[in-house]
Amino acid sequence: MTNTGGAKCEISMTVNGERKTVRAYPMERLLDVLRQQLGLTGTKEGCGEGECGACSVMMDGALVDSCLVPVLQAQGAKVVTIEGLGQDARACALQETFLEYGGAQCGICTPGMILAAVHLLREKPEPTMDDIRLGLAGNLCRCTGYVQIFEAVAAAARRGVAR
Amino acid sequence: MKDDRIVGLSAPRKEGRDKVTGRARYIDDISLPGMLYGATVRSRIPRGKIKKVTFGPGINWSEFVVVTAKDIPGKNYIALIENDQPCLADGMVNHPEEPILLLAHADRHALPKAAEAVSIEYESLSPVFTIEESERQTETIWGADNTFKTYLIQKGNVDDVWDKADYIVEGEYTTGAQEQLYIETNGMIAAFDAERGVTVWGSLQCPYYVHKALMALFDLPETKVRVVQTETGGAFGGKEEYPSMIAAHAALLAMKSGRPVKIIYDRAEDMVATTKRHPSRTRHRTAVRKDGKILGGEIELTIDGGAYLTLSPVVLSRATIHAGGPYEWPAIRVRAKAVATSAPPHGAFRGFGAPQSLFAMERHMDRIARAVNLSPVEIRCVNFLKHGQTTITEQTINEPIDLRGMVDRALEYSSYREKKQRFARENESGTTRKGMGIAAFLHGAGFTGSGERYLSSVVGVEGTAEGRVRVLVSSTEFGQGTNTVLSQIAAETLGLPYEDIEIAQPDTTEVPNSGPTVASRTAMVVGKLVASAATGLEQTLTASGMLGTTHTAAEFRMACRAHVAAHGQFRSLARYDQPANIFWDDKNYRGEAYSAFAWAVYVAEVTVDLTTYSVSVDDFVALQEIGRVLNPVLARGQIIGGVAQGVGFALYEKVEWRDGRMQNGQMTNYIMPTSADVPPIRVFFEELGNTHGAYGAKGIGELPMDGPAPAIVNAIEDALGIPMDSIPLLPEDIFDAIASASKRESDARSPAGVR
Repeated sequence: MTNTGGAKCEISMTVNGERKTVRAYPMERLLDVLRQQLGLTGTKEGCGEGECGACSVMMDGALVDSCLVPVLQAQGAKVVTIEGLGQDARACALQETFLEYGGAQCGICTPGMILAAVHLLREKPEPTMDDIRLGLAGNLCRCTGYVQIFEAVAAAARRGVAR
Repeated sequence: MKDDRIVGLSAPRKEGRDKVTGRARYIDDISLPGMLYGATVRSRIPRGKIKKVTFGPGINWSEFVVVTAKDIPGKNYIALIENDQPCLADGMVNHPEEPILLLAHADRHALPKAAEAVSIEYESLSPVFTIEESERQTETIWGADNTFKTYLIQKGNVDDVWDKADYIVEGEYTTGAQEQLYIETNGMIAAFDAERGVTVWGSLQCPYYVHKALMALFDLPETKVRVVQTETGGAFGGKEEYPSMIAAHAALLAMKSGRPVKIIYDRAEDMVATTKRHPSRTRHRTAVRKDGKILGGEIELTIDGGAYLTLSPVVLSRATIHAGGPYEWPAIRVRAKAVATSAPPHGAFRGFGAPQSLFAMERHMDRIARAVNLSPVEIRCVNFLKHGQTTITEQTINEPIDLRGMVDRALEYSSYREKKQRFARENESGTTRKGMGIAAFLHGAGFTGSGERYLSSVVGVEGTAEGRVRVLVSSTEFGQGTNTVLSQIAAETLGLPYEDIEIAQPDTTEVPNSGPTVASRTAMVVGKLVASAATGLEQTLTASGMLGTTHTAAEFRMACRAHVAAHGQFRSLARYDQPANIFWDDKNYRGEAYSAFAWAVYVAEVTVDLTTYSVSVDDFVALQEIGRVLNPVLARGQIIGGVAQGVGFALYEKVEWRDGRMQNGQMTNYIMPTSADVPPIRVFFEELGNTHGAYGAKGIGELPMDGPAPAIVNAIEDALGIPMDSIPLLPEDIFDAIASASKRESDARSPAGVR
């Protein structure tokens, strides 16, 4: 639950390429600001304590759990959510392979999982199966048992290499 | 007959694109104008009388909407089977998470502090926390004897078998509670209008369960209650019944405040207060001939239902019918009961009782094998059900069955024999021990016995003004593939492209009651009704002369449009009609329990680390016969996902109880498998078909939950030579077992256990 201590302040950040200024409590969770103030509901809350990764977003290129980030920390940062991945070639490839290989079932972990996978492929364009297993270990999925997610990420990597 | 064109192919998930782009709207993604947020104040003691409720200082209570049991216009219960569970406690609490009163406020951040400021004084009464305490009736907490339900199955004369036995093998097996742990927590939005009644939107499996509960709670006719399912982020049984409670709470707050109210549980509330898998204890006593043939046996099965009856009788029913596994029992007596304890009610979780009783059966088969000195494979092959034989409810197996052939395949895929021999040699030294384990099992698809006849499900298929086809069902999508598979069936039946089919959002004002989305019934039972309703639509068009008997998709679309233009709404309904040859005796628990069984043989390979006492599953082969595979990618996904949950059930997921309350209600300390924990899960299908299901399908969703735990624990016994009969098995449990290994080994060989 968000900490509403202190006075609200103005915080500016770049979200999905657009400059945004919000008024928020300094310790308010980035997750809540994204979902409630900016209407970016593709970022999900799963546990609120940084275990499940459903709220994963990219902040200055790093994969973070937005439920653990006080919004003050995002001052001046570049934040990318699932809604901002439209033009990213890796993300588009992953979205296709997730559909093809059954990487999404109920879909609630999927936005975070795709962000984690984009991050993984940026770091390791040709990942081994172990790279994928460990690279996604911070994102929990209860439906798939992960195997088809691994296959989707591996397939997207192959397509990336071919391109 | 048309050629099958879409059924059997991996059509892409119907709502998949919305999910991978983040556009899919789950309940917490939706807001209504003027909406308040709701919270639940719960008991903090396991059992007692409420003496006084005080609204503490430091809170401006005039800003809050407060609802108590006195605000309920109709019946204060959550309608289900026995209606014994209150919506809000009225004078008495029976478990430590019982809802007592409700708060709403425009600022969701204001709620936690206010909820804490409500103090409740109790007169404590003695609780009951375990199956054993409940049986001893140290305190009577429910009914006359703490017993929700009993069943007795008797086949042949068990009392005659003991004298003929070469061996009598006994064992006791227990399984723990397990949290469903869908990643989307429970949530609802409710609105109330004096004219239109109650509307709720939310994350749920069974719209008509919620509908029924709200009608009773508000004393409203069915037309004044509307239930709409929003995109649901996982359920696994965990959203079968409890959403009725949350919908009731949100709706009461909406009625009192006159504004829409949203209730979203945080993870801790969801884990601690809502249902989990029933803990179980199963005792086996089996008479066996020296060639391994089971002559008969007794099974005593008990599940812990928690404080209210809820779904426990039905869970117990499935546990009971599956208790004998896929084996031929010339004589058997199964005594089963569900008992009350002072914990939040346990409920539906994928498998619904069968994972508990099949864990016991499949562990016991390995114990029998050791006693008789046969291999785990041999003991199973001697006893497998064959065509023409009968199950423990005396249901004759008339469908094709080939368990023997499936074992051979599973052993080959897993290199079982070579590995077992190699591990036996390698386990002589080093700091790890490896083992192979097998489990064979069955899962009945659909409601038990006469259940489907009572449900009498209805499905609609509509031709639209745009020439498209909409499937109207209350069967919900929560990841398992309902939308996709039912669309495939409609497309196949009508000879249309998959893209021409739409699925209506489950909304009780729009869709007929196709039954709850449970019991692995959707593809098989509802799918068949979709095919019938679609055929009805086509027949109407051909009978009216608007469509030729053979036609193209374009002609169908044109005919649909013409029919709507001429006659308005164009719908075809189909109602379930039980096959005449299905006979079920509910009193004696005898007869055709299920119209189809799925069959499976799973093999697990494990390593036990003798330094950390952790177990890793290194390989997993899952072979099943589920009739026709309607969508290979989705079917494989169901199996892999179920196996992963089974790995958690066996090795990771332990609910720590204190005074009836879960202590580890966080993902930090209740551990489910991560991507680093799952083995390669290799999925194989046999397709022997099924005359009852849509295009030959049987149920699939629950089956894969049944086999992993016993296969894994059998592999651990193979690795260590120490029997383990309770799950979950965390490293500390393995440590304890190894530490007392000599005692356990001597117990296993004692004359009392084996004759």
